[in-house]
Amino acid sequence: MRVLIRGAGVAGLTLAHELASSSINVVVTEKANRAGGGASWFAGGMLAPWCERENAPGAVLQLGQTAADWWDAVLPGHVKRKGTLVVAPPRDTADLVRFASRTSGFDWLKAEEIDALEPSLAGRFGKALYFAHEAHLDPRRAINALHEKLVGMGVCFRFDAPDFPEKGFDRVIDCTGARAIGNDPRLRGVRGEMLVLETLDVQFSRPVRLLHPRIPLYIVPRTNNRFMVGATMIESDDSGPVSARSLMELLNAAYALHPAFGEARVIETGSGVRPAYPDNLPAFSEQDGMLRVNGFYRHGFLLAPAIARMAAERLLSSRAGKSEGHTTFAPPVHRQPDSSYIGASQ
Amino acid sequence: MLTLYGTPVTSRLLLGTSRYPSPSILGDAIRRSKTEIVTVSLRRETAGGKTGGAFFELIRSLDVRVLPNTAGCHTAKEAVLTAKMAREVFATNWIKLEVIGNQDTLQPDVFALVEAAKILSEDGFEVFPYTTDDLVVAERLLDAGCKVLMPWCAPIGSAMGPVNLQALRSMRGHFPDIPLIVDAGIGRPSHAATVMELGFDAVLLNTAVAGASDPAAMAEAFAKAIDAGHMAYEAGMLEPRDMAVPSTPVIGKAVFA
Repeated sequence: MRVLIRGAGVAGLTLAHELASSSINVVVTEKANRAGGGASWFAGGMLAPWCERENAPGAVLQLGQTAADWWDAVLPGHVKRKGTLVVAPPRDTADLVRFASRTSGFDWLKAEEIDALEPSLAGRFGKALYFAHEAHLDPRRAINALHEKLVGMGVCFRFDAPDFPEKGFDRVIDCTGARAIGNDPRLRGVRGEMLVLETLDVQFSRPVRLLHPRIPLYIVPRTNNRFMVGATMIESDDSGPVSARSLMELLNAAYALHPAFGEARVIETGSGVRPAYPDNLPAFSEQDGMLRVNGFYRHGFLLAPAIARMAAERLLSSRAGKSEGHTTFAPPVHRQPDSSYIGASQ
Repeated sequence: MLTLYGTPVTSRLLLGTSRYPSPSILGDAIRRSKTEIVTVSLRRETAGGKTGGAFFELIRSLDVRVLPNTAGCHTAKEAVLTAKMAREVFATNWIKLEVIGNQDTLQPDVFALVEAAKILSEDGFEVFPYTTDDLVVAERLLDAGCKVLMPWCAPIGSAMGPVNLQALRSMRGHFPDIPLIVDAGIGRPSHAATVMELGFDAVLLNTAVAGASDPAAMAEAFAKAIDAGHMAYEAGMLEPRDMAVPSTPVIGKAVFA
């Protein structure tokens, strides 16, 4: 079987890996001139299914729990299993209680315990939630490493090739993320803006989330004293540069987390469009022989491994017959029936 | 029947559309609460993009009336500009006018509010001003052309519930014929029932529903509380008194003492 995957973001690369591991002949085409040309490049890289449960359905926790193991097995050394720290400014500690009531897998930390875990935050917060089982990775390093690994496994890449011909392939799978908005009637864009700060004055070992009623924020440590600060959530597929307001809000929140961020250098600002279905869960759909794996919303690195594995299994088991329709990987209890779908008609 | 700028409205619950876990859940909340009017805030980025706002398409497909709002505006000029953009995007003259004066309490800047209300009313907008419970400001808004008032009962998103019942009572008393919609500060269905019992015409909610663990169920709970409060107001409630009043007659009762 020869499979053509369109899109070399986290969705396309993870699926290519699962198929190539089963000795399928895979070609990946990408409109951009490199892997990770879309939203994946601006991801936080938090493998934080317990924290995400604050707002996400149970399926995200269920499917996301294996993500760290998958990335660790496929790209040894990339995953840092240091957990996640969740804090709130003193006047918003009610938000910590609310966060705790929606999530699981955490411990309440007192001031001394926070200080021991992240000395840079010493004396700044009296209470925190610590999600010990969570992990993080650097999405850009992971994308590049996965690309390299796939080349080694014999996967063929074609960049700058949006219209690569489908002739000669048994299956074509669209993993083009936000680029499919407009073609896939259920898909919409949720704009996210981020920035990268550099400072020697703060050291974090793990992602830190700051709860705030208006501007929730996370800061993920990268290498070289850099910190990824994210991310806005705006209902739009506008991929233009970060707005002054968003930049101001993100910087304000970073400053509230630690004043030393006020002296940090702004290395980069960026924005990406997250592809999302109406329930904000990824899905696998099949129409006119074309398969789509899309809708990862803010959970690309978290959910792509599980979805890729399921999509690969389904593809391998259904070589003979093809089925049509929109399939979800979420257990039915967490997924709304199609009749409740509020967007364009199918 | 409640009438807002000539439009009859059955449901006395208006819902904001921000910060739901997903559009599907927002849709469920709207369906279960049977709300007929939703507010949508317009950000410039949202109006852009190649699909012209897929989120707006989702809202439009819900078969509800859209009340665009100028959330996040801090000056009259900014609010007027946002209102005009919203008129283009949603093809409606309705606008929920919000001009924020204080970033911590999200208290309206009532001076800029009156100024913007006048400009927009003269331009043909039907303005729903988010205001305080101040009676003089309310008068000025009516002078500016507003025919509906939307007072807060506590700061936006605070979930405190009505903090000044007396102010709300006197507002109802001063403006018996103006539709009054409590716009902000409600956290629980009992808060909504309380303001409806005072005779307010409707309640606008966002955070209290969107931030619930099960927003759709909470939306329905609020709808019931709002109906109950309104029905109780119409039915005429007892005034509290100091002494007990027996509910069965005492005279003629057999005495076995």
